[in-house]
Amino acid sequence: MKILVLMKMVPDIVEELEVAADGRSLDQEYLRFIVNERDEYALEQALLLKDRLQATVVVVAPEAPEVDDVLFTARAKGADRLIKVVGLPAGAGARVTATALAATLPGVDGVLPADLVLSGCQSIDDLDGFVAPLLAAALGLPYLGLVSRVAVDAEGGKALLSKEYAGGVMGRFELSLPALVGIQGCEKPPRYVPVAKVRAAIAAGGIEEVAAAGGAGVAPLEIAAMAKPEAAGHAEMLEGSARDVAEKVADILAARGLL
Amino acid sequence: MAGNVWVVAEQWKGSVSDATYEALALGRDLAEGLGARLEAVLLGQGVRALADSLGRADAVLYVDHPALAEGTGEQTSRALAALAAERSPALILVPTTNVSWDLLGLLPARLGVPLVNFCRQATASGGAVEFSSLLYGGKMAATLTAGDGTVVVAVLPGVRPAEAGKGGPPPQVEEVAVAFEAGDGVRWLEYEEPEAGDVDITQQEFLVAVGRGISNEANVEVAEELAAALGGAVCGSRPVIDQGWLPLVRQVGKSGVTVKPRLYVAAGISGAPEHVEGMKDAELIVAVNTDPGAPIFSVAHYGIVEDATDVLEALAEAVSKRKG
Repeated sequence: MKILVLMKMVPDIVEELEVAADGRSLDQEYLRFIVNERDEYALEQALLLKDRLQATVVVVAPEAPEVDDVLFTARAKGADRLIKVVGLPAGAGARVTATALAATLPGVDGVLPADLVLSGCQSIDDLDGFVAPLLAAALGLPYLGLVSRVAVDAEGGKALLSKEYAGGVMGRFELSLPALVGIQGCEKPPRYVPVAKVRAAIAAGGIEEVAAAGGAGVAPLEIAAMAKPEAAGHAEMLEGSARDVAEKVADILAARGLL
Repeated sequence: MAGNVWVVAEQWKGSVSDATYEALALGRDLAEGLGARLEAVLLGQGVRALADSLGRADAVLYVDHPALAEGTGEQTSRALAALAAERSPALILVPTTNVSWDLLGLLPARLGVPLVNFCRQATASGGAVEFSSLLYGGKMAATLTAGDGTVVVAVLPGVRPAEAGKGGPPPQVEEVAVAFEAGDGVRWLEYEEPEAGDVDITQQEFLVAVGRGISNEANVEVAEELAAALGGAVCGSRPVIDQGWLPLVRQVGKSGVTVKPRLYVAAGISGAPEHVEGMKDAELIVAVNTDPGAPIFSVAHYGIVEDATDVLEALAEAVSKRKG
């Protein structure tokens, strides 16, 4: 059984984001990139399935700053093959990325068909679409998103999935394999891997670079402006030590009859 | 921009969602700005009666099909794409909820048209539409336009009050037969309700919500102490649930519940739109975060830039002291 995991890098929003001089994009100079959080759960889900089903896990990620570290970390966790797709335009949106992956992956030896393709079902920069369903549609694979549990019946050629609805309700679904699944969560948080194992993976190398193939896309969205959102309102800020502000909050609660 | 404005009427477990009415209210404004008709599109099986509540639309297009009974994105996207290909609407507004999530992902691909994601506002004038989208966890807003042809719009919850999309006389209902290949790659089996026995956070007057900023599981206990002092309960945002520090039924926001307590203390929560939609209507919101630029401070009444755990500890002590 083969499981393909798609991962991508996104700006780290813990850092301050600034608008570039063009007024329409993020200033790249001070951006720090981290792996899309949902993709980490997709990898964890794949590794859990690998443990249960002796599957092979192939990780694919578009080229981006820090992506090598992410791929080597995936190897240290147990991924069998690492592929970096190079040549995509910097800051490529979901549409361009999905189109390029759909055009590229079928041409890479031993990647497709995969029994299961897992990817985070969303990311913070998905302005023009979600990569996972776009790719599923392009590859003609059944798709289900917002999934947080995956069990595979390899002999039956199907997967049993739990999809999140509101209020803690889960929908149970069956998908015919091969299929593409958009991962929202996992039964376990992403596993920890010691730095020494990551260093060993870096020393061993082994990232395969594949050139992105072109593909027909749709007309892109035209971003006229980007700015920090104007808030309709803003909190009244309380200042002082933790003890000071706690007293102030307690005063406010008491004045409102909440204590 | 030619064509009508469509709103996908999201129905789940026999009811039309509030997010649908919010989108209808936005759709009404856009239709008037474009001089177009507003049409609600209702997909399902045996749910025609739900069309009566969609009176803010000029008409309801109703597609009844066995494959649409449970509304998986695989099927609804195929049906809607077939219908849109026939009628070429200008805009297709889809509520951004877990029910419509897969439809949002698949429909633009099936139609080969653009998607405007995370849309929090849209205005129409002079035949063109300008969208405003929140991205990067609510830390940036983009103003954008799309070219001619159909555009799918993912409408964020709260874009308009749901009440503004309700009312009006029962609309004209056009039952439409759509030919589409349903496919059987995705099969719905059942819904699992959350396990009973835990606290129902929607019924609590006092909620202490914890997020990634509390750093580790041990600090949930600090939040528990404050909740106990207030006479309330602890809840959390997505990262805390993902880590297994709190059960799924304690999650506030998109995959969780919507709460309206008298007091909501948001500790170490950044305020991503997915969380804010579940708590923005709390009577009093006090937010604690080390990042002064955290979006949570835009919805909170009082804000504190400080380590969340330190403040929770001090507040538990202060509240306990006042309550004697």
